[in-house]
Formats: sequence, C-alpha cells, structure tokens
Amino acid sequence: MEGVKGLGELERSIMDILWAHNTPMTAREVGRHIADRDLAPTTVMTVLDRLTRKGFLARTRDGRAWRYQPAASRDAYVAELMLEALDLTGDRSAALTRFAQAVSGPEAEILRKALTELEDE
Amino acid sequence: MTAAALGLLALACVAGAWRFTTARWAYRAPRTAILLWQALGVTWGLASTGALLSYALQPYDRGIVGGLAAFAYSAASGGYGPPGAYDMPHVLALIAGLSLLAVLVGVLVTAGFQTLRARRRHREMLALIARDDPGVPGVRVLDHPGAAAYCVPGLRSQVVISAGTLKLLSPDELAALLAHETAHVRERHDLVLLPFAALRRALPWSQIVRDAQDAVGLLIEMAADDRARRFCSPRRLATALLRFGTAGAIPTPTGTMGATGPAATVMLRVERLVTPRPALPRAVTAAALSLSAALITSTPLLWLLPH
Repeated sequence: MEGVKGLGELERSIMDILWAHNTPMTAREVGRHIADRDLAPTTVMTVLDRLTRKGFLARTRDGRAWRYQPAASRDAYVAELMLEALDLTGDRSAALTRFAQAVSGPEAEILRKALTELEDE
Repeated sequence: MTAAALGLLALACVAGAWRFTTARWAYRAPRTAILLWQALGVTWGLASTGALLSYALQPYDRGIVGGLAAFAYSAASGGYGPPGAYDMPHVLALIAGLSLLAVLVGVLVTAGFQTLRARRRHREMLALIARDDPGVPGVRVLDHPGAAAYCVPGLRSQVVISAGTLKLLSPDELAALLAHETAHVRERHDLVLLPFAALRRALPWSQIVRDAQDAVGLLIEMAADDRARRFCSPRRLATALLRFGTAGAIPTPTGTMGATGPAATVMLRVERLVTPRPALPRAVTAAALSLSAALITSTPLLWLLPH
C-alpha cells in the first residue's frame, strides 16, 4: 500500500485491514498495518470512529481501548449493492437509474431469440 | 364555477393519463411524452386539491389563494368568517382539500429525503468496496459476477458496473451501455421519475398511478437510448440490452409478464433501436407541447382567480 490519500482512501484501507484479519482490532493494531508510518494515531481513531458512526464497524470495550470489527462481511455489502442495483429490494425507489432488468424463464427465451437474430444478420 | 372547472380538469387528467399509458406515439417522441406526463401530474395534483378548496372557500368569494388568506386571517383573529363558511359541506371540503394537499406535499418531500439518504448510503458503500478499472476510466466497478449497470444520480453522479458486466459485453456494447448511463446522468432522469415514484408509494393500490410510473420509467429509458445512439452504434446498444436481459444475474421475482414486464420493455427498446420509426409529424409534437403548456398554466391561474 502506498501513500494514503485523503480520509476516503484511509477509510477504505482500514476496512480492508479489518476485513482481512477477521478479528476485532484496536486502533493501535490497525495503525500498525497501515503502510503510511507517519500517520498520527489520532487520525486512525478518528477514521475508526467515523466508520462506526456510519454503521460499517461495531466496537466493543476491551479494558481502556475499543476493539473494532466490520459490521458485515465485504461480500454482504457487495450483495446489498447488487440487490439495489437490480431493483430487487422491493421498494421501487427512484434512488438509482438502471440499464435494464435481467429476466428469467420463458421471458429470457424471447430475448435470447432476438439476440441470436440480431447477431446473425 | 372555479370549483367545477378544477374538478373537471382533475377528472380530465385521470382520463388522459389512462389513455396515455397505452399511447404508442409516445415511444416516437419520449421527451415530449415525458413533458406531457409531468404536466398531467402537476395539473392533477393542483386541480384535485384546488377543486376541494375552491368549493370550501366559496363563502369568502375571493378565489382559492385569496380565500385561504381570508380564512387564515379570520381564524387567527377569532372571527367566524362570512355566513355559510362553517356549514358541514364546506368544512368537510376544506379538511379534505387541505389534507390532500398536505399528503401530496408530504409524500414528495419524504420521498426526496429517502432518496437522498438511500443514495448517500449507497455511495458510502461504493467508496469502501468499488474499485476503478483502467479499461473503463471514470466508472466504478463492483466485484460481483452478476450483470448490473446503473447510475447513482446526484451532484456528482457515479456510473457503476459489475465485474460480470465487463465480462458479458463486448467493448462496443460496453461503450453503448456507458453512453446510455451518461445520458441518464446528463438529463437528470432520476428527478423526472421521483414524483411518480413518490405518488406510487402514497397510492400503492392505484392501478393508474402504477401504470403512469411504469410508462414514465420506460420513456426515460427510451430518451436515454436516443441520446446514447448519437454517440454509439444503436445496434450494439440493442445487443447489449438483450445480452443484459438474458444474463440472469440473480433469480428475479416471477410473474411480471405483460405489456410492461421486463422482457416486453426490453423488446420495445430493442425494436426502436434496430428499426427506428420516423419522428412524429411536427404538428403532433406541437399539439402535445401546447397541451402541456396549457395544462401547466391552467391550474395556477385558476388558483389565483379571484372568483
């Protein structure tokens, strides 16, 4: 990992570290895994706090320190994004605009036939 | 008089919307059709609430806006208003009119906030998970084998595609897809859809509202297709659509066959891309535009009319 840029990039790196380790870590432990050695410990704590407030991390008391762990696995977040992307959450919100919906069964057959025809021409 | 006119206008909007959901000419001029839909929506809202309020405020004889002011003034100063202002029918109409107005405004505002919140959450997750890909600069890539492509609209809109999409489509098709998504971003189609989606949530049992949202949803896709075809091969856009539709990313809920089912809408879009129909005659477009303009100006005028 090269020089860490900006808070967003740092949030990402910290989530990656926590996802990779799969065990609750303290701010100090997280800081040890960040490539940028000059990073102030308080910066790591700030970012951990931000991620906790956004709901991406859960924390538990361990003596005088907090231990942080991801609230959900990376795959769970990817799945959540995909469900929203495919409009399968059922709330039909206008939050995203989608390219096209995938269909299945006899409906897909109609499209497959049309695709073959178009490609043959 | 005004109450009757507004009531008729509201009914005419419903009847018009009902006819319009099946109008095929709309596919030949999606932008004009979208404008007409918006005019119908705004007019229906202002006309139905206006009809109730106009009737309720008749005793004040100052029109709707003037009547509301007079009502507020007399209520605040502890007066009783003109005779007849508080008999049963007028009071009921006032309550119904104000409630309907509050519901419509409330639903719109709530939907706006919910949408913003959903997008912010989506964006936060993307920031942590999505990656950049040198093959598609400026596009966020989500590592999932399924096919997905969408846009998170906003001041800084983001186009997102899944890794599955990168594999599924040829470079030309990918370019076509991105042109389509960019069109959504540029024309802020999400803002067009928002009020219709909000109305649908407020009136989930209303078939006509559901049909209207589906119709507008399809029209903005067609408008985006039209813009995209200026920058890419329409044929490649069509094959991208079909490939996408058959990808079967995640099992989709069944039972959505029919005129607005996903397969049917994809086919409608493909047909327009492959064999475009001639543009609408100028007279028809002009008529639709004047109708929209007339509708949009009619209700505010009737609200302001003093009698």
